[in-house]
Amino acid sequence: MNLLTTQALTKSFGDNRAVNAVDFVVNQGEVLALIGSNGAGKTSLVNLVSGLLRPDSGQIIFENNDVTRQTSYERIKAGIARSFQIVNLFDHLSCADNVALSIFSREGKTLNLATLASRDHAVWTEAHDVLRRFGLDRAAVMLAGTISHGERKLLDVAVAYALKPKLLFLDEPTSGVSTREKAPIMDIVTSIVRAGGITVVIIEHDMDIVFRYSERIVVMHQGTILADGTPDEIRRNDAVTTTLIGTHPTGEPAFGGAGNA
Amino acid sequence: MNASGAVAQTAATWRILAWVVPAALLLLVAPLVIDPFQTLTLTYGLIAAIGALGFNLLLGYTGLLSFGHSAFFGGGAYTVAFMVKYLKIASMELFLAGSVLASAIISALFGFVCVRYTRIFFGILTLALSQVLWSLAFKFFWVTGGTDGLRVPTPTLVGMAPTNDKMDFLAHQYYYYVLAVFALCVFLMWVIVHSPFGKALQAIRDNETRAEFIGIRIRRYRLIAFVISGIFTGVAGALWAPLNGLASPDVLVWTFSGEIVFMTVLGGFRTFVGPIVGAIAFTYLKTYAVGFTVYWQLLLGTVLVVLVLALPTGIMGAIERLASKMRKAR
Amino acid sequence: MGVFAIHILNALLYSSVLFLIAGGLSLIYGVMRILNLAHGNLYALGAFVTAWAIGLALGAGVPNFVLFLLLPAGAIAAAVAGAVIERTLLRPFYKRPEEYQLLMTFGLLMILEDLIRLVWGPNPLSATSVYASLGSISIAGDRYPTYNLVIIAVGIVAAVFLWAFIYRTRFGVFLRATSQDKRMASALGVNVNRIYIQAFTLGCFMAGLGGAIVVPSQSAVLGMGVDALVLAFIVVVIGGLGSLEGALAGALIVGVVREAGITLFPEIELAVLYLIAAVVLLVRPAGLFGRAGT
Repeated sequence: MNLLTTQALTKSFGDNRAVNAVDFVVNQGEVLALIGSNGAGKTSLVNLVSGLLRPDSGQIIFENNDVTRQTSYERIKAGIARSFQIVNLFDHLSCADNVALSIFSREGKTLNLATLASRDHAVWTEAHDVLRRFGLDRAAVMLAGTISHGERKLLDVAVAYALKPKLLFLDEPTSGVSTREKAPIMDIVTSIVRAGGITVVIIEHDMDIVFRYSERIVVMHQGTILADGTPDEIRRNDAVTTTLIGTHPTGEPAFGGAGNA
Repeated sequence: MNASGAVAQTAATWRILAWVVPAALLLLVAPLVIDPFQTLTLTYGLIAAIGALGFNLLLGYTGLLSFGHSAFFGGGAYTVAFMVKYLKIASMELFLAGSVLASAIISALFGFVCVRYTRIFFGILTLALSQVLWSLAFKFFWVTGGTDGLRVPTPTLVGMAPTNDKMDFLAHQYYYYVLAVFALCVFLMWVIVHSPFGKALQAIRDNETRAEFIGIRIRRYRLIAFVISGIFTGVAGALWAPLNGLASPDVLVWTFSGEIVFMTVLGGFRTFVGPIVGAIAFTYLKTYAVGFTVYWQLLLGTVLVVLVLALPTGIMGAIERLASKMRKAR
Repeated sequence: MGVFAIHILNALLYSSVLFLIAGGLSLIYGVMRILNLAHGNLYALGAFVTAWAIGLALGAGVPNFVLFLLLPAGAIAAAVAGAVIERTLLRPFYKRPEEYQLLMTFGLLMILEDLIRLVWGPNPLSATSVYASLGSISIAGDRYPTYNLVIIAVGIVAAVFLWAFIYRTRFGVFLRATSQDKRMASALGVNVNRIYIQAFTLGCFMAGLGGAIVVPSQSAVLGMGVDALVLAFIVVVIGGLGSLEGALAGALIVGVVREAGITLFPEIELAVLYLIAAVVLLVRPAGLFGRAGT
């Protein structure tokens, strides 16, 4: 079932066609990796779908509804959530506060100014539960600005997750994290979203992560989709390996197994 | 909430009470132990505290620095003056109701325009709009009394008419009235900043983009905060007018807005009580500076510069740093 | 016809002084991203120093033309003050949020206001002899003070000189580079600290010059700085913060509106100006010539 479809989606910045008539499809329940070199248009595509940018032309269909003209607020309410490439958290609030805010917002409680936030036990129970699942419960009362970078990346995902979205975009969830920490983070993230039945699109540059965790890979290059298929199909796709991964002088793909770092 | 969380909550509550109870007792007995002039200064301080509390909802909690809050303070004061002059009203409760209404309208109008912008442009816009009000008060002197201002006599407090000894009435009955309104304002603001709405404001302050992407409509929340902020400051202006006896353009001019900012930063805008402490401290500071030297602006200006250079988190910030150092030393 | 010409000249007169003040404010903001709330007091300082210098010289029985040579004294004093302020008070704030800078310049405003009072006392200082010494000239049948034309001339010369300075000199290139991208300019070898102090000094010089040339036609009084600042504010809001063309356009607009307002609707002239500023901020927040997204 198509959860999300874009049709001829286009966005230019001046002369630069960041997203060039892209037909992008996301199926319900899958873990999809969106890869491509810098400037390929991945983040712009996510920005368009999440509502941060308005397209020049084309359509975005989510759950059979045309959301192209909808604001980011409406899309979030419809079930699209995202994390950010550069960690975007509420640094002066605790980790629990960060997650709780998503829950309060989801429940439509953020306009309550006459009740104490701390009294809403349901929200805090759920917030602590989310933190526990992401392995962040020991940091619950710590300010988001004070925890480690890896923990911040996890919290960034947790905040988006707590919105209970149907479609979750993760923009480079392991960037800036040491190689040692990447797999644990991805293990947590993928197991949680699978358990919650959330469809997730991950923008990633680390090919180990991409091939290990995704069920389907979409390759972008210079604003268009270059290839779309399972990890095996992509691995065997010459166009992809040449432009992205690089080939050996012998003509064999340079990408071999894991553990290259 | 687990066991250690409950313990932490209780400890925090005791810490708050350790402050609040002595302060409340002191405020309650003040008129009985200090002379009337001092009590009046304290009354001005409490009034300024209400204004600063309102102002800090925008600065400390929403991250918006307004340089136009004189519009609300002055708006409240002039509302009272107009009610006296044109409606022949003398009830403080009606004054408060009127100024709440007036400041709500002014802040809704100004806020609608201003909350589209942040940082410097927000500040400039608030300053420009408040100056519109100032210039109107200045120029339409046949309505507003111009630079002479409008007289505001002592009102009735919950039906109780002022006694013959005006000074005594102000230093006792009026003081307790202001104290009661102050306590109510503190309570209301405390609930607001600790509510889900208050958390949402802090989210907007910390990261506007992220707040938007968890489904918070930024402009709407900022506008609500702006209006609440304006109402609190308007109430302060309304309480101020009878105490001062006069509503004049001095409380509409932009440099008065600067004083509101000053007192909030003095106390520390990152805490709840910072603005209260700063407003009272600033009131005393200014009263004694003005009495001490004709160059009181030089004095206060230097204090501000030193404050911003050396003590940006204000009095409360310094106290908290000291307290945590002492806690660590144990 | 003569009356109309007089009105135009009055508007130009006002615009000239405003351009000097607002241009300085805008230059400082454009290069350093600092909104100097104390800028008006540097205008006041220029007025007071020039009036004082002329007063001293008059007392010493100096010939008239020397008094004219003393006019720039205020501008120089303001420039020196600016250099000192930048080095001591502003520099610590470059890396801090702009709210703190704003507060610091507000404190500076209070300090300067009282320093002027401390040095020169509460009474106005004037330099009317300079004003009177030029007499008046006949404009389309009416008499018009010649000194006013001097003010307008200084304004025009300043605008031209500044334009040449910023767009035709090497320093101007550095200035523009720093204002567009400080880090990049620094990476390319521009001494950003030196540009900052030079830009700030130049901005203060302009404000001081405004005060210096205006003081013969109106006395130097306490509070003139605060009044001037708000007007300069309106100018840069309308014209665009950080743009010299904007300061010029804004100054002309404000000069004309004010002259029209004073003649036709004196009560609301000031309010109209503030409202125009607010409307511009609503419709085009960057101002007529400003850059969006500063």
